[in-house]
Amino acid sequence: MAIGQSVKRKEDARFLTGRGVYTDDINRPGQLHAVIVRSPLPHARIAGIDAGETLAAEGVVAVFTGADMAADGVGSLPCGWLIHNKDGSEMVEPPHPPLVAERVRHVGDQVAVVIAETRAQAKRAAQLLDVDYEDLDAVVSCADATEDGAPLVWDEAPGNTCYDWELGDREATDAAFERAAQVVELDLVNNRLVPNAMEPRAAIGEYDPAGGNYTLTTTSQAPHVVRLLMGAFVLNLPEHKLRVVAPDVGGGFGSKIFHYAEEAIVTWAAGKLARPVKWTAERSESFVSDAHGRDHVSHAELAVDEQGQFLGLRVRTVANMGAYLSTFATSIPTYLYATLLAGCYRTPAIYCEVRSVFTNTVPVDAYRGAGRPEAAYLLERLVDKAARQLGIDRIELRRRNFIPKDAFPYATPVALEYDTGDYEATLDLALSQADWDGFESRREEAAARGKLRGIGASTYVEACGIAPSAVAGALGARAGLYESAVVRVHPTGSVSVLTGSHSHGQGHETTFAQIVADRLGVDIDAVEVVHGDTEIIPFGMGTYGSRSLAVGGSALFKALDKVVAKGKKIAAHMLEAAADDIEFADGQFKVAGTESSVALDEVAFAAYVPHDYPIEELEPGLEETAFYDPANFTFPAGCHICEVEIDPETGAVELVGVTVADDVGRVINPMIVEGQIHGGLAQGIGQALLENCVYDENGQLLTSSFMNYAMPRAADLPSFDVGHHVTPCTHNPLGVKGVGEVGSIGVPPAVINAVLDALAPLGVGDIEMPATPERVWRAIRDARAAG
Amino acid sequence: MARMSLNVNGRDVSADVPDATLLVELLREHLDLRGVHVGCDTSQCGACSVLVDGRSVKSCTMFAGEADGSSVTTIEGLADGAELHPMQQAFRECHALQCGFCTPGMVLSAIDLLERQPDPGESEIREWLEGNLCRCTGYHNIVEAVKSCAAAQRS
Repeated sequence: MAIGQSVKRKEDARFLTGRGVYTDDINRPGQLHAVIVRSPLPHARIAGIDAGETLAAEGVVAVFTGADMAADGVGSLPCGWLIHNKDGSEMVEPPHPPLVAERVRHVGDQVAVVIAETRAQAKRAAQLLDVDYEDLDAVVSCADATEDGAPLVWDEAPGNTCYDWELGDREATDAAFERAAQVVELDLVNNRLVPNAMEPRAAIGEYDPAGGNYTLTTTSQAPHVVRLLMGAFVLNLPEHKLRVVAPDVGGGFGSKIFHYAEEAIVTWAAGKLARPVKWTAERSESFVSDAHGRDHVSHAELAVDEQGQFLGLRVRTVANMGAYLSTFATSIPTYLYATLLAGCYRTPAIYCEVRSVFTNTVPVDAYRGAGRPEAAYLLERLVDKAARQLGIDRIELRRRNFIPKDAFPYATPVALEYDTGDYEATLDLALSQADWDGFESRREEAAARGKLRGIGASTYVEACGIAPSAVAGALGARAGLYESAVVRVHPTGSVSVLTGSHSHGQGHETTFAQIVADRLGVDIDAVEVVHGDTEIIPFGMGTYGSRSLAVGGSALFKALDKVVAKGKKIAAHMLEAAADDIEFADGQFKVAGTESSVALDEVAFAAYVPHDYPIEELEPGLEETAFYDPANFTFPAGCHICEVEIDPETGAVELVGVTVADDVGRVINPMIVEGQIHGGLAQGIGQALLENCVYDENGQLLTSSFMNYAMPRAADLPSFDVGHHVTPCTHNPLGVKGVGEVGSIGVPPAVINAVLDALAPLGVGDIEMPATPERVWRAIRDARAAG
Repeated sequence: MARMSLNVNGRDVSADVPDATLLVELLREHLDLRGVHVGCDTSQCGACSVLVDGRSVKSCTMFAGEADGSSVTTIEGLADGAELHPMQQAFRECHALQCGFCTPGMVLSAIDLLERQPDPGESEIREWLEGNLCRCTGYHNIVEAVKSCAAAQRS
């Protein structure tokens, strides 16, 4: 069972029987329970904290505040990407203490930690903590933050500006607009979302006073990153004294990449108290402490000539950072957003300005797609609007502007070089699967039933596996972006893989094992993939940005190459042949052109029991480590088509068809790949039709639980029709591109374009995400009133 | 404190727990059945669903005392040794799980559906599963798994 087959997942055996081990499933002897006291106010000065009653409450062991952590020299949660302003100066980077001492800056901000023998005791005692707040004015939205005279979230950030950044050639773009036959303009909001992985975050800190060793068990997508950031910047713990374990993790979607305050709090407190300290978020806590996603306001202009050729694109975006800079926050609306504004098109001149602002809201960071959904939404809405304005068919307009398949590698005007793609192929596939040409009869049939039917498409390109490290570093990244893998062939021929990628639903234990089975010719059940423990795995940058297979899988491929190369030398000795004459296939080392061969397990045995072994030239053992730093991003692309029916009386949008054709490069496990696409689509449709993170004007979060934040449920979604077209990635050894985010990137504009197609006959030209029944009903009512 | 006796996964158990203990707390914390997951605090997500006398119940909506004398099945009690329950098997075959966190509740809820309606249509399945949130799969393969299990059980 190897590459290209829908192998059933190895990890399912434990998940289906309740034997997965998630962080909250773990309890340590002598463990204490932490409850975080959070700010109920969006912006206030802490005038004083009286912990007397709390400390006297039953079971309470300790109460710590920001002052306690600061006095102990605890540092600030760092931001991993430095952005430079247009004038070359650095962004404003305010401190981000795990517990704040002076001023709370969003509802949910961490003020104190109450630690008790049981969770119930900690919870009761936390309610007794008397915090004296002096209310300050708050800013909530991008619009609020940029108003003249707006209250300041940070005194050091005038105008609430974190950075004012640009990408592209402004002069060339302005010149393109001067030549334009028409200019198409669009104002857009990319709605704020709450990632809501089903497993709430949790963390357990442990300290061994005998050896001075700390262990943090946490719900993380990137345990080595947490170790590096928390150890080096927050708690001043060297790596060899700090172990970070991310066991089974119940979904992440970006929200579990980041180093969070609670991780530092429990680890530090475990050291202070010399007992394990556990914290588990309640869902309502997740809503005010997990990083949110999106939250852009943009103005976009497209310059076109008479034939509909795109001449230039000008974009101005305000991005909400929230109150603090989360780990990757600053890179999302810049290098993962503006760089994608070429999309699938040959637009020769692009200029984008991004102003990121602080607000009194939860920090905003990467959420499934991270910048790329915002770019795809802007472009694909704009292209549809251009088609209407120009009177050109929207599919034809896309075709006229596509980068042709023979133009790769293609350098865009916004800093990327696409290595490969075939946008016509995925477009044609999707159009045919969706029966695009037959739509008008379906529209008429729906109209006869009193329904407004619409169809919409988006053709997107995205970028995965942020790389190479040197380029990312030149652009401000404060980390490398490679991955590591160890292949350990055991004496009897079974294999352990240690990977720095982290699986929290993606099925690496199966997909990575398929790669090993394919290369080494061993049974997939003879392969164990190990991840999520800094004590076991050499190093890792973790899983995000659809990088696991493209970067982590490539590291694994390199390590396998090294194993085979060493195995050939051992086999040459065993077969009394020259190493250059040894071929390896299907688990057999063979002297070329002969029947003389030796199996992998025999070679492995000889490597570990080197009685007859070229010991002077070769070390014993059969274990290899590889680090892989990609040469470029990978560029998945595709076409997503949605069909909707709208009830004009209620505004309810029914999604009646979702058809996608994606090019995610070479596919290792089609079953898992389709599952990833399904999941991304559900989140993208959620953004387009259901989900919206809403603060009131004072900074209170209104959508603060599953009671009022509209998560997609089974009956909200249709089944999906998923097709593939493959152009293999040209620069990684597996030819893979990445699949985790394509659904959430491609589909939101397809949904909204379909909704607008349905409403176009009524004269509705714009609608914001999510297109809720209320918004659609109002749009219909307003259009009728105006018409 | 209240003393209660119930049958959990075929085993008679007794426990002394505070009166306000929820069924989910009894199962997860007192009986160490860690497959009963907690995904929210508003009885919305369904990750803690179990079968109480054969009916799926969000175990966060019920006091432990209310289950006194009942028979409770959690995900740990479904498989017969190494042999998975047909619904577990269908979830595996159809790739109806990714991170696995919602899976226990989803599987148990789906079993209850087929007890009540052995041949559900797609919309019936989707409406039944409204009480169980999944963030990974988009529900597509979960619906396929329930259909496939129903077909297998009918044949």
